[in-house]
Amino acid sequence: MAAGPGLGAEELDLLEKSLGLTKGNKYGVQGERKTPVLQTNSGPSLTGLTTIATHLVKQAKKEQLLGSNAEEKAIVRQWLEYRVTQIDGQSNKDDIRIILKDLNLYLEDKVYVTGNNFTLADILMYYGLHSIIADLTVQEKEKYLNVSRWFNHIQHYPGVRQHLSNIVFIKNRLYTNVH
Amino acid sequence: MRLFVSEGCPQGLKVLAAAGASGAPVRLERLPQGGHTIPYLTRPQVLALHLDSGTFLFSPNAICQYFFLLSGKEQSDFANQWLEWEAMELQPAVSAALYVRVVQGKKGEEILGTIRKFLSYINQSLTKKATVYLTGDTESVADIVLWGALFPLLQDESCLPDELKALKNWFQTMNHLEPCRKAAESLLTPKGAQEFKAYLQKQPAPNVALEKPATEEPEKHRPGNICYLSRLPVEGMKNVLITSALPYVNNVPHLGNIIGCVLSADVFARYSRLRNWNTLYVCGTDEYGTATENKAMEEGLTPQQICDKYNAIHSHIYQWFNISFDYFGRTTTPHQTTIAQDIFQRLLERKFLLTDTVDQLRCEHCQRFLADRFVEGTCPFCNYEEARGDQCDKCGKLINAIDLKKPQCKMCKGVPVLKSSQHLFLDLPKLEERLEKWLEQSWATGDWTSNARFITHSWIRDGLKPRCITRDLKWGTPVPLDGFRDKVFYVWFDAPIGYLSITANYTNQWERWWKNPEQVQLYNFMAKDNVPFHSVVFPCSLLGAEDNYTLVSHLIATEYLNYEDGKFSKSRGVGVFGDMAKDTGIPADIWRFYLLFLRPEGQDSAFCWNDLMLKNNSELLNNLGNFVNRAGMFVSKFFGGRVPTMELSPDDQRLLAHITLELRQYNQLLEKVRIRDALRCILSISRHGNQYIQVNEPWKRIKVNPSALCLQGNYVRELKAQKAEKVQINAEVSKLLALKKQLVLAEGRDPEPPPTKGKKKK
Repeated sequence: MAAGPGLGAEELDLLEKSLGLTKGNKYGVQGERKTPVLQTNSGPSLTGLTTIATHLVKQAKKEQLLGSNAEEKAIVRQWLEYRVTQIDGQSNKDDIRIILKDLNLYLEDKVYVTGNNFTLADILMYYGLHSIIADLTVQEKEKYLNVSRWFNHIQHYPGVRQHLSNIVFIKNRLYTNVH
Repeated sequence: MRLFVSEGCPQGLKVLAAAGASGAPVRLERLPQGGHTIPYLTRPQVLALHLDSGTFLFSPNAICQYFFLLSGKEQSDFANQWLEWEAMELQPAVSAALYVRVVQGKKGEEILGTIRKFLSYINQSLTKKATVYLTGDTESVADIVLWGALFPLLQDESCLPDELKALKNWFQTMNHLEPCRKAAESLLTPKGAQEFKAYLQKQPAPNVALEKPATEEPEKHRPGNICYLSRLPVEGMKNVLITSALPYVNNVPHLGNIIGCVLSADVFARYSRLRNWNTLYVCGTDEYGTATENKAMEEGLTPQQICDKYNAIHSHIYQWFNISFDYFGRTTTPHQTTIAQDIFQRLLERKFLLTDTVDQLRCEHCQRFLADRFVEGTCPFCNYEEARGDQCDKCGKLINAIDLKKPQCKMCKGVPVLKSSQHLFLDLPKLEERLEKWLEQSWATGDWTSNARFITHSWIRDGLKPRCITRDLKWGTPVPLDGFRDKVFYVWFDAPIGYLSITANYTNQWERWWKNPEQVQLYNFMAKDNVPFHSVVFPCSLLGAEDNYTLVSHLIATEYLNYEDGKFSKSRGVGVFGDMAKDTGIPADIWRFYLLFLRPEGQDSAFCWNDLMLKNNSELLNNLGNFVNRAGMFVSKFFGGRVPTMELSPDDQRLLAHITLELRQYNQLLEKVRIRDALRCILSISRHGNQYIQVNEPWKRIKVNPSALCLQGNYVRELKAQKAEKVQINAEVSKLLALKKQLVLAEGRDPEPPPTKGKKKK
């Protein structure tokens, strides 16, 4: 994974703030991938971005962000796994295109990743896709219209974007006959 | 629900076992190779769970988790940790090893060698926890998933080395679990691991090379990563660090504050980014000080609560004005304390601090030492009667509160008494020489506004004196020195350090911006009353600390913005403050344009409501807006939104030469932060454009000519005379109306609504 040092820690800081946690945990890193590690007071450490993220959500008492029934919970876990295994460190242009294409189809009938409810999957997918989406041309953003719509929705969700750059999506279609 | 599993797919094992272990009601269906069950996935799936609700799950781990969740089992953090580890680390390694074994036929130790460290990891955890299963004494989804990953490769615990005792025991236990046995039987008979051969052969050969170790170098400019990682200086690029004077948290900003500081800096920041300079724009609220303490008492809150409340107000206002900060922070953070105390210590060690007893005004009625701004009196220099105790508003001279004639406590109007207190002073005279040396260099190479140079010059000419940097207050950065521990830093020593600490909250590599004068160009934006602190006091602090601090290269100061015939005054309710601009319903861009058009450079200017309307209508709308609209609409209506290739006539070329000149001027001006003049260049360009369109009448030159309109009109009249079919007449009328509309649009006029005769248009 082509990551800078502390990449996971930075994202977890962002997540903490968006969850309203003020404590500011300290994160270490481990391994070549610089996987983030959280030292907890009440037990051994936790390793792994999605694991720590889930833990933070519980810490912030916002369990609804993990899904409200078995199905939704499984969907959340699926996309969290997708984020760290398929999206992170992805530099191959063709693979990125496939990711965006698949997501665009997937999001066609969904407001949020799980359907109608905002969850941790939306937050981590947003953070994970930010640099990819930032690089898209206007035409590509129009091509992956549902991804753009979902992304724009999430970046405006209170507390999520913070210091990340706001990515502009033009509302008027410039390229006709895309669909 | 239906579970689709591809023939010979190893992942099927964990899923089947999980289904069995949780008792989930699943109907198993075999997927042919290259099967496409899930509609939104491009690549063919090997595994899919189709729920009754219509949802698909494609991740084997998620499917396993779903089964367990259905049976009511909650998932612990440790189970999550195992699953994440399995997906990220174990699975890829095991797949590779399985490929090597089954397809390439390698055996034994060679195989195990590649996954040895993963096996050790599991073993270690089991040994440490001393439990039967991975997360405790009952089996969880983590056990099933890890077993499912390992079984195709290992199959028998006997192939595991003896020293991995805990792992061996665990694996054996899992193998004997009924759901696991059944799943294994189902998928691995009769050929064992060779069942997977056909499937695996179709996969690409795994890349078993180790990843290159991550470099120790700090983040470099990587296209595509820049937005996520903090922005840091890049060698070889122009690195521009922009600050805007930190607004005091208590004061709601008015239009003058906005144009003086954040908006000017914003324009330059945006320009800087367009020029592909590596740009960082930071700002935040200045929160320490006595005013906040007082306000807190008034409102019955703690100073921290006040700051939280007002910081949010500032933040919202600037957001509405579209100010593109990279980070908007605040001065009340631990970083501020650390950095300020560090600078202090270094000044102390290098003997740039003096101690002295200070006579301070203390209001016995209010029971506190009065901060300078809470003492009012007559200025000792110019006799202005409403001088405040730190700076005279009229003559601008910095004064000490005790020098005021007829001092009064601002709160209770009582007469304060003089009391003695020990304080620390920054020895400016001792630093004067290096200050002047630095100024000379900075002025030679940097774009300081002339008022900034002048004010600095007169300060130094008046003679630098030691400045007191401590105060007897509670709400501030504590002084880390015995004998002074009950005191805090004076806000004007402390506040500019806020730029550094705010950056430190943005990135822990802040020193690459702030201790890097060779690679960083620092721009400070402010109104002129802040100049001495940014050009003398703060640079002296940094020079004295001798830590290679980045000093300001370009100090950009504005004059004052007045309001109609007078000045902005919150107490008197005069002027546009805070949310008032937003509440008018007039969009932010209108305000931005007018304020920039009016930017007080060189001399004061005044905001005027009539002028707001006039300038926007005549310049923004009729000039720039009109040009963009006409040109854009013309191209989209008649050329399908694409600018076609052109043959340039001599007239065209002359126009382009003019535009090029203007553009060049624009760049020259804006590089030097001459914003007002640069704006006029833009308006000049659009004026040229408008004139050009007007003179050349392109609407007459395109194929919609008035004669075509005429012919169509005649044709319609004929049809009507002949009493032709109504449908036919209506069709031709539509064509006629369309032609009319085209012509009108091309002329840049408003198309009138078509007459509602005949068939209603959809």
